Amino acid sequence: MASKDSISRTVMVALALCVVCSVVVSSAAVVLKEQQVANAANEKKANILAAAGIAVVDGDLDAAFAQVTPKLVDMATGQFTDAFDTNVYDDVKAAKDPSLSVALTGDQDIASIRRQAKVRTVYLVEGDNGLEKVVLPVHGYGLWSTLYGFIALEADLNTVAGLGFYSHAETPGLGGEVDNPRWKAVWNGKQVFGADASEPLIGLIKGTASPSSKHDIDGLAGATLTSVGVTNLVRFWMGKDGFAPFLANLKAGEA
Amino acid sequence: MSKTKDILISPIFANNPIALQILGVCSALAVTSSLSVTLVMCIALTTVTAFSNLFISIIRNQVPNNIRIIVQMTIIASLVIVVDQVLKAYAYEISKQLSVFVGLIITNCIVMGRAEAFAMQNPPLPSLLDGIGNGLGYSVVLLFVGFLRELFGSGSLFGVEVLPLITNGGWYYSNGLMLLPPSAFFVIGGFIWLLRTWKKDQVEPAEFTLAKQTK
Repeated sequence: MASKDSISRTVMVALALCVVCSVVVSSAAVVLKEQQVANAANEKKANILAAAGIAVVDGDLDAAFAQVTPKLVDMATGQFTDAFDTNVYDDVKAAKDPSLSVALTGDQDIASIRRQAKVRTVYLVEGDNGLEKVVLPVHGYGLWSTLYGFIALEADLNTVAGLGFYSHAETPGLGGEVDNPRWKAVWNGKQVFGADASEPLIGLIKGTASPSSKHDIDGLAGATLTSVGVTNLVRFWMGKDGFAPFLANLKAGEA
Repeated sequence: MSKTKDILISPIFANNPIALQILGVCSALAVTSSLSVTLVMCIALTTVTAFSNLFISIIRNQVPNNIRIIVQMTIIASLVIVVDQVLKAYAYEISKQLSVFVGLIITNCIVMGRAEAFAMQNPPLPSLLDGIGNGLGYSVVLLFVGFLRELFGSGSLFGVEVLPLITNGGWYYSNGLMLLPPSAFFVIGGFIWLLRTWKKDQVEPAEFTLAKQTK
């Protein structure tokens, strides 16, 4: 055998090590893949259910999620579409794909998202008396990060039934208070639109909102930019470039 | 104290990787704002340090000297990827909060430092114990920092409310600085100060002394 530091020995050790390590890493990735994909899917379901205010009984997500129907909406027309399969369509990926998204102009883009997917997934909660709630995906820029979340509307398509963000990196304790259940509860029962159903009026104000106010939400103390970001993203997605056409169609029964 | 026990115990206080060797401080700043996340990070790092030390020690006599750092790196990186995959599968919520910091264990100086300084010269069993010991030393500091930061920053421990916050209708006004990474500098500094007050031999000699006033 050649000495420990010979070239052939070096190449051999390097090769053997690479083979062993790559086998270990790839088998771990393959074996655990199924569980990881299930985790990501479950998390999304849990967030949708939380926004819609549907209780999960005994941790059985799938049973609770059976009440929810995912549907695709063409953002340009505000109509339902069957262009993709709801099980595989990914809104976040589509927003980055030039063929599946449109660029927003500066004055349209109040939520600072730059591109918007042409088709988005919405979630309908239907009960015995027809539509009960609609869960809409929203996202936009806060202070440090893009906040991704869901807003749920009651059957009148105006009253907020719940709101929650599932991904953000705002300052803990300040902007991170968007996750505070007490703050999220303030949204319930507020009205998105005023008399004119095209311009959303809901938004955060400085300080504490009066309980009688229909559209004002408490601002986040010490987090002005996050508060502005949340207002902008909700107004964008409820506005004419967001879901307003779809909501109008849905209300008229023409979606 | 027997030698084996010494290898395991001494890194915890006597030769602590963070407090004495000042290694691996970066992740101590980033992942200590809540205790449950901190705990998972500690387990992940201890596992990686222990097994990288073990495997590197097993093959230490085969490794050509000129590629030894790359060999160590490859083993450490593979272990970190495996740990990351396991966390994503079985501790999804926490792995999301740890995000890149699990991956950054690869660059954590403690892992690399112990591999190069200890595992390359010692047989497998002591190397494994050295890895666990250093992982525990890291964990002691991180849990100490995490305890203070979560308690005073969020008024809770392991997510359970201890000091009721004003924002939740209680009386405690949370210290926002504690939730930001720089606060860990102060806490680690405090830890080192306490440790060196207790173990005086860790105090470094002054680099210079002032000359006497001549006037």
